[in-house]
This record gives sequence, C-alpha cells and structure tokens, in this order.
Amino acid sequence: MPNMSAKKNEMPVQAPEVRNKNFEEVALGYTKEQAIDEAQRCLNCKTKNCVAGCPVNIDIPGFIKEVAEGRFEDAYQVIAGASSLPAVCGRVCPQETQCEGKCVRGIKAEPVGIGRLERFVADYHNENFKEEIKKPESNGHKVAVIGSGPAGLTCAGELAKKGYEVTVFEALHLAGGVLVYGIPEFRLPKSIVQKEIDGLKALGVKIETNMVIGKVLSIDELKEEYGFEAVFIGSGAGLPKFMNIPGENLKGVYSANEFLTRVNLMKSYKNDSDTPIKHSKRVAVVGGGNVAMDAARSALRLGAEEVYIIYRRSRTELPARAEEVDHAEEEGIIFKFLTNPVEILADENRFVGGIRCVEMELGEPDASGRRRPVVKEGSEFEIAVDCVIMALGTSPNPLIKNTTKGLDTQKWGGIIAEEETGLTSREGIYAGGDAVTGAATVILAMGAGKTAAQSIHEYIKAK
Amino acid sequence: MYKIIKKEELNPTVTRMDIEAPLVAKKAEPGQFIILRTDEEGERIPLTIADTDKTAGTVTIIFQKVGATTEKLGHLNEGEYIQDFVGPLGAASELEGLKKVAVIGGGVGSAIAYPVAKKLHELGAEVHSIVGFRGQELVILEEEFEKVSDKFVKMSDDGTWGTKGLVTNALKNLIESGETYDEVIAIGPVIMMKFVSALTKEYGIKTIVSMNPIMVDGTGMCGGCRLTVGGETKFACVDGPDFDGHLVDFDEAMDRGMMYRPFEQKKREETCRLYTKEVQ
Repeated sequence: MPNMSAKKNEMPVQAPEVRNKNFEEVALGYTKEQAIDEAQRCLNCKTKNCVAGCPVNIDIPGFIKEVAEGRFEDAYQVIAGASSLPAVCGRVCPQETQCEGKCVRGIKAEPVGIGRLERFVADYHNENFKEEIKKPESNGHKVAVIGSGPAGLTCAGELAKKGYEVTVFEALHLAGGVLVYGIPEFRLPKSIVQKEIDGLKALGVKIETNMVIGKVLSIDELKEEYGFEAVFIGSGAGLPKFMNIPGENLKGVYSANEFLTRVNLMKSYKNDSDTPIKHSKRVAVVGGGNVAMDAARSALRLGAEEVYIIYRRSRTELPARAEEVDHAEEEGIIFKFLTNPVEILADENRFVGGIRCVEMELGEPDASGRRRPVVKEGSEFEIAVDCVIMALGTSPNPLIKNTTKGLDTQKWGGIIAEEETGLTSREGIYAGGDAVTGAATVILAMGAGKTAAQSIHEYIKAK
Repeated sequence: MYKIIKKEELNPTVTRMDIEAPLVAKKAEPGQFIILRTDEEGERIPLTIADTDKTAGTVTIIFQKVGATTEKLGHLNEGEYIQDFVGPLGAASELEGLKKVAVIGGGVGSAIAYPVAKKLHELGAEVHSIVGFRGQELVILEEEFEKVSDKFVKMSDDGTWGTKGLVTNALKNLIESGETYDEVIAIGPVIMMKFVSALTKEYGIKTIVSMNPIMVDGTGMCGGCRLTVGGETKFACVDGPDFDGHLVDFDEAMDRGMMYRPFEQKKREETCRLYTKEVQ
C-alpha cells in the first residue's frame, strides 16, 4: 500500500538562526528511513507525468520504486542512465515547475519529494560506492568544449564515455562554471562539484583552465590548427545587467555576479582570504530569482543585520525556486514586493547610503504573460542601506560571437542553435545551455549538453 | 602553472618578470592585460602586458609592490611558478595610421606606455615620449624609451632626473612651441591622466588613456571595473582598457579605486610580516 500522507517528509535542515551565520549546507538530506517512507508516497501511476516534466527524462517512478524497496544503489543506476549530475540537480533543480509540478499526488496534496529523493540517492551512492572509473579506449577523434559549467561538463562526459578525446576550455582558474562561482556553498557544496569534475578527468577529459576562448585562441584555430573535429560552446550567460539608475557606480554597489564570485570562487567569506568583500550592515538585493536569493543569503552570512530583497512584482511572480524563497524568509530576509529602485543614494564618502524606491502595482499582462508592474504615483520612499546588489539577470558574453565568423546570434546575444541537435549556423560547431537560451537552469543546460554530445557523435561518425 | 623565466629589479619597488605563457605571448598586443594569481589562495589581479617575446613564448610584466599580491609576486624567483596567468584580455590599443604621437608615462605606468611607444615607432610614427617619476631612484626603462622616441622628455617631481615638474608642464611646453600631435596617449596614475586630458581638451587634441580599475574575472562577468565614459557605463576589461580621455569620469574612477583601501593596507602589512618572519 502506498503511503497516503498528504505531506512530504520534511527535509532535515540546519536551524535558520544557526545557518544564517555559516556557509555550511542548509539542507542535511533524508535518512534512509525518511527516503523509503517518502518513496512509498509515489503511486507509480500510469501517466508518469513527472518524467515528461524532467528536461532529461529521468525514469522517476523507476528510481523511486528502487528506493521504496531499499535498493539505493539500483536507484542510482536508474538515474545515472539519464542524468550525469544527480547530486547537483537534486539540490538546485526547480522541481516545483518540473517533475514535482506534474506529480498526480500534487493535485490534492503535496507532490512526492522527487528532488529530495534524487539528492538522497546521489549522496548515498557517493558515500558508499567508490567506483573505479575506467578511461574508455580512445576512438581517436578530438572534440573541444568551451566552458566547464553544467552544459559543458555534461557534453564532455557523454563524449568521453563514447571514446572521444575531449578537452574542456575554462576561462576562470577553476572548473565548474556557475556551479562554483555562482551557487553558494550553503546550497551546493563545492566538494560535490569537484567530485563530478574528478570523475570526468578519470574518464580522460582534459580540463584547461585560464583559457579565454575568443582571446587566447579562436574557435577557428581550435578546429584548423589544433585538430578538434567538433566544438561545443557552453559558455553560459555571464554578463551582468544593471538598471542604469543614478548612483549605480557608487562604492558598495555590486552586480550579483561580482558579489557571488568574490564570495564563492574567491572565498572572501573566509577571514584569511586575499580577496576583499564589503562586510555591510544593511543590504538591498534587487531582483527575485535564485541569484537574488543566493546573494541576499550570502550577505546575511557575511554578517549583515538587515537584508532586503526588492522585487518589482508580487510574491507569486518570484522566479526563484520555492524552497529558496522559504529558506530566505526563515533566515530573516525582508521581502519588499511591488517595489522598484529609482536611485541609489550616496553617503558623505561616496559609499552607498540608501536606496530610493517607488511602489508598484500590477497592470495588464506583458509579453511574458506576467502582469506588468506600473509605478504608483507619489509613492517614493527610502531605505537606509550601505550595500546594493543588482541581481537582474545576465546575458551571454559576446566574446565568442565577436571572434567566430558566420556564427549567427539573436539580437540579444544568444547563439542560435537547433533545439533538437544543438547545431549552430557553422558546420561542426554546436552550442547549448545559457549561451543559447539566456539565463536558465542547470538541468536545461545539462539536457542541451547531452543532446549536443549525441549530435556531435553522429556528425563525426558520418564524416 | 606558469614559470618565471627571468626576474629583474628595476628599482627598489618595481620588478620586471618574463613569464612563460606561449599562447598568451603569441596573441598579445600593446594595450592588453593579463590576470594572475600567485598561489591557490591568491587574489586575481590585472596587470597590463609590458612586452612579449613571441619566439621565446614569454610575456613581460612590470609591477610595483603596492599590495599583498604584488608583494607575494615580488618574492618569487626565477625558475619558480605562478599559479594562474590568463590573457591576453581587453582590446588592443589602436595605433595604426597615427603619424605623430605624444606618449606620456607616469611612474610604473611608464612600463605600459613603453610598449605603446615601441609599437608606434615600429609603425613609423614620430614618437615624443614624456615620462615622469618622483625621482631618479624610481626611474625605469630609460634606455628603452630613448631607443624608440624621436623626442624624449624626462620629468621628475624633485628635479633629480630631467626637468623638475609635471608631465603636463612638459606637454604644454611642446604644444606651445608649435608641436602638433594626431593623438596623445597617457598612461599612469589616474590623477595624471585626468590632468593630461584636461590640458589636451583645451587644445582639442584627441587623448587616449589606459584605465586599470579593480576587477575580478577580466572577461566582462563581474562588472566591478565599470567606469562612466561619456555618460555611459563601460567595463574596462572588455570595452577598454583604453578610453577617450576627454570622456572618462576620472573622479569616479579614483573614488572606486579606493573601495577596498583599508583591507588592502591591512593585507599588505600581514603579508610583509610573514616574509619578515621567514627571514628571522
């Protein structure tokens, strides 16, 4: 008999008043008993809407059935057939709009905790199974992957398993892309990312850090002079957006990219770090996505007394994962909904002294289908803050577009690639992830990396 | 890891290093920069490329020991390695087609002005170099400038090297004496670039400055290096580092450069103490 409890097994977490002062992971993971109990909530229904909701089509009821029966490693093997980064996705996927959003249990009660189960299974595997990864025999074909984020790592892994000699080129000094510079330790421990990267290296994937493709080498040079038969571009969406309001260049205004890179990649939250970060008392984060939540919660952990999230729409439109919003609220982040900044104010030393905002109300739906926020006349007010972090989204870096002739892009900078194959306007050059879609999710980028790997395999085979 | 092939102390605070980085050397052009980290825990700092040897595969950097990272870098020796070295970043200086140029270098900025003067000389332009230091003991690259300059004006704050005075005085004198320039290129402290630009604006001479703000990644990702140029926000790492000196908001740039000053001073003192301990 399935477990008909209306609620998911709660995820054990660090207490909010404890975790908002440290950078350790917030969620602690299910116990075996909790995992089995949660797995038994799955009805193993015929429709399997959850699978359709998963961008990489993991056999979700299949792996959950194994968990329910206590065969955790078998469950892992089911997931591994479709996803190469389950420990990452179990933590960062927006399950509520994907698998769990489609779960039939979710119609009348809470859906099955698919994300929590995926995480449990991946962690169980990582703790209990030390598999010997063997480098497959080389097929003699070389492929270059640009960017070592979720799209690039997935593409590299899939190709390496097929015997390709894959080299990943990373611009920063550390591989992992947004998984290491963007997503904080308390949401995704870096040891998990490192383990995935070590796994790829064991498969024979070469990772070249400090290589800004478009500067040190062009894609054409990779193909013509270095013998790479195909190239996958997974360079992400790294350019920050600003609001173009007065005061944005004051000291103490950060893009979320800069703030999070200093904290995560450069470890400036540690006292002995060589990289500075401003330890602020009152912080305003502008935006409502996961990045805004990450920045706000990082600021709190750096010692801020009050942290605001300023978002121009209402709570229901917040693009962040539901769990992150809940966690942020529990930790004491103050949400200012239907609020938009118009100016950042200076103190006497030209550091941030405050932020002037207006109240908004929701009007008619815009092109995105969301109701458009409009300014309420005469509603200006100020909040005293000493730091402002702009988390307004990002767009693709133009470096590769500008240095690769014949590579077609959208007006906003996204590389144009066929959805079914990842092929760009140039033969042998594929692209996927945020570089194509603009800022999206880890799982979509992984899906695109996987698709492109298959296309590259077919392309090289047919040559 | 990137090997230090050659190290030379140019003066008590300024060091020159040739770093083995063949791919960077092959592509680097005057005006571009690199970012380095000395060790696993190190900070990323940008340094403008002073020279390259494309056959030897080396990139020359010249730096002044002003912070923790440059202090650590200065303690590394020939044969040792730098953890990370990435480049060439930023846009190259646009030097083609210039016929007569005044190249102005101030302090350690002369290290970056020099490759520009050299390239202009190679392109056949008439080069007037105006170079200033606080005093004789801080002079670098004197012979090098001599070789590539049609006119070489030496200035110092205390009069111990060349003429006593500011580089702006020298530039003004040259212009007043009838010299005409297609362009003035000024590289040095922000305050120097500000006053050079103010002067050349009066005479309507196009002026290019090389900005070196605080940055993290150097590829357009963090936006920490943003400047206001002609009322618009620009990123020095990808839109620059060269900008039209008549359009740059220098006061804002100087102010932003001060953001981490207390941290930087503290870090530097800590680092220096570490080295003193080692010696004892």
